[in-house]
Amino acid sequence: MGKAWKFGDNISTDLIAPGRYFHLRSNLPELAKHVLEGARTEFASLVRSGDFVVAGENFGLGSSREHAPVIINLAGAKAVLAKSFARIFYRNCINIGLPAITCNTDEIEEGDELELDMEQGIITNRTKGTELTFTPLPGVMNRILHEGGLVAYIKNHKSLEKI
Amino acid sequence: MGGKTLSEKIIEEHCGKEVSAGEVVVVNVDLSYMQDGTGPLTVLRMKEMGIEKAYNPEKTIIFLDHASPSPRMELSNDHRFLRDFAEKTGIILSDVGYGISHHNSLESYARPGDVIVGADSHTCTNGALGAFATGMGSTDVAAAIALGKTWMKVPETYLVEVNGRLPKGVYSKDIILHLIGKITSNGATYKALEFTGNTITGLSTAARSTIANMSVEAGAKVGLFPPDNETKKFLKKMGREEDFREVGSDEDADFEKRIEINAEELEPVIACPHLVDNTKKISEVGKVKVNEVLIGTSCNGRLEDLHIAASILKGKKISKNTRVIVTPASRMVYLEALKDGTIETFIESGALVTTPGCGACDGVHEGILGDGDVCLATQPRNFKGRMGNPNSFIYLGSPAVAAATALAGEISDPREVM
Ligand code: SF4
Repeated sequence: MGKAWKFGDNISTDLIAPGRYFHLRSNLPELAKHVLEGARTEFASLVRSGDFVVAGENFGLGSSREHAPVIINLAGAKAVLAKSFARIFYRNCINIGLPAITCNTDEIEEGDELELDMEQGIITNRTKGTELTFTPLPGVMNRILHEGGLVAYIKNHKSLEKI
Repeated sequence: MGGKTLSEKIIEEHCGKEVSAGEVVVVNVDLSYMQDGTGPLTVLRMKEMGIEKAYNPEKTIIFLDHASPSPRMELSNDHRFLRDFAEKTGIILSDVGYGISHHNSLESYARPGDVIVGADSHTCTNGALGAFATGMGSTDVAAAIALGKTWMKVPETYLVEVNGRLPKGVYSKDIILHLIGKITSNGATYKALEFTGNTITGLSTAARSTIANMSVEAGAKVGLFPPDNETKKFLKKMGREEDFREVGSDEDADFEKRIEINAEELEPVIACPHLVDNTKKISEVGKVKVNEVLIGTSCNGRLEDLHIAASILKGKKISKNTRVIVTPASRMVYLEALKDGTIETFIESGALVTTPGCGACDGVHEGILGDGDVCLATQPRNFKGRMGNPNSFIYLGSPAVAAATALAGEISDPREVM
């Protein structure tokens, strides 16, 4: 179980992994201390392992920097829930093994305690006593996520042919 | 069954079977690249995959363009790491000073009909030549470099038809800003944008690349221009006419949507802070004092862009309250601008010129904004914090708007000084 941290629409990768910390990109634990700083200054010190980043439309628009989902993951978030995702960010999440879930996040409030069941495609909101369903990931993404990300997938299969 | 879109055709050639939009396929990649912001992680991912070599090193490039030359020890070490990897693997290195990945790619590597992946979101710039080029993250690009392949979903296509003569002072930048304002920053997510119409055929490759570049700002996967006579002319100028080939959508192709734009009705467009789709006609922006003007970047740093700005600045002085930074996109552009007197015009007007590369756009060097600073930039993005300071404000406009703004010290309509 983890807590929901709510963000708005159009959270760009410049807000998630700001350019002013460009020099920390090869030092990911240090960069993670600034995760989502552009959207919420203290976020890195507030988020706990197992929590959820919950946002509106078009989460992760902008730069291709994979550092953005990597530091959300490193900071402890279990998944990112949004109404929609920008394309590159979405792929990056799955590639690094961070679930990116598309669902109606209007039904989640800041601080709600959530539980995620990837297999059933259900988010249980313990605070509200409600259940949210989400569209399962496209097959290919599900397979990559299931194996722990694209690095693990390629180590296991040595090719993309069966993807 | 109807005809095929340009995207479907290119993808079919690269996966060896018939495809339709919506299918997931594995395709051969012709060209892949990374830059110094995404490159160290890309190399790390290749190491983690246990494949520390490129499938096709002569078609793989490392560009040192984002922090170039390096302003900090940590980034100098990243550069060392990438240079060493290039040396070890035979991957091409485009070192500090050669400029932005996407421009070097247009000048020297990308071909019509190619599949190109780059660890930079603006890789779609290569669509100006009719290449299916898209930005991806480090792990995806690592896989593409290692295996020579990537997987993708064949996108549906939005056909954007632009017709009519562009009014004086209105450029391709205004077309794409207008489009993004109209369809929003996720209006084309996962889609291919394909550009057509007589305005488009009349645009230079440079002007097309501005539109291709910013296609991702509407969420698109690619921004495609079917290769034509202009493409042929451009490739010839680059000394690689043999790379030209024709490929285009069938007339009865299945386009998911058609968007029409009348070029004659356009006026200069400004994207206001802090989102690219927050656009306004320049006449609606009002008086906005500007502390910094940036002319350059992957969106508008080509010779044609510098010429447009210089023609407005020639013989005049920039406002004493505004600093003006000009960053040529590539070494080739820089050299040509130097030889034809464009650089001299900038310096005489009071502007400064930096090393070719991303410059101030990525917020690490060469013009980081101060608290409360307002910038008018020709770059593709204005997100909060983009230029290194979350307490600053970025407006986007064409090189002509940038030059007019530089003279007045506030956002100004270029049509009044042309
Ligand atoms: S100029 Fe700016 S937008 Fe273009 S590639 Fe460089 S950092 Fe990215």
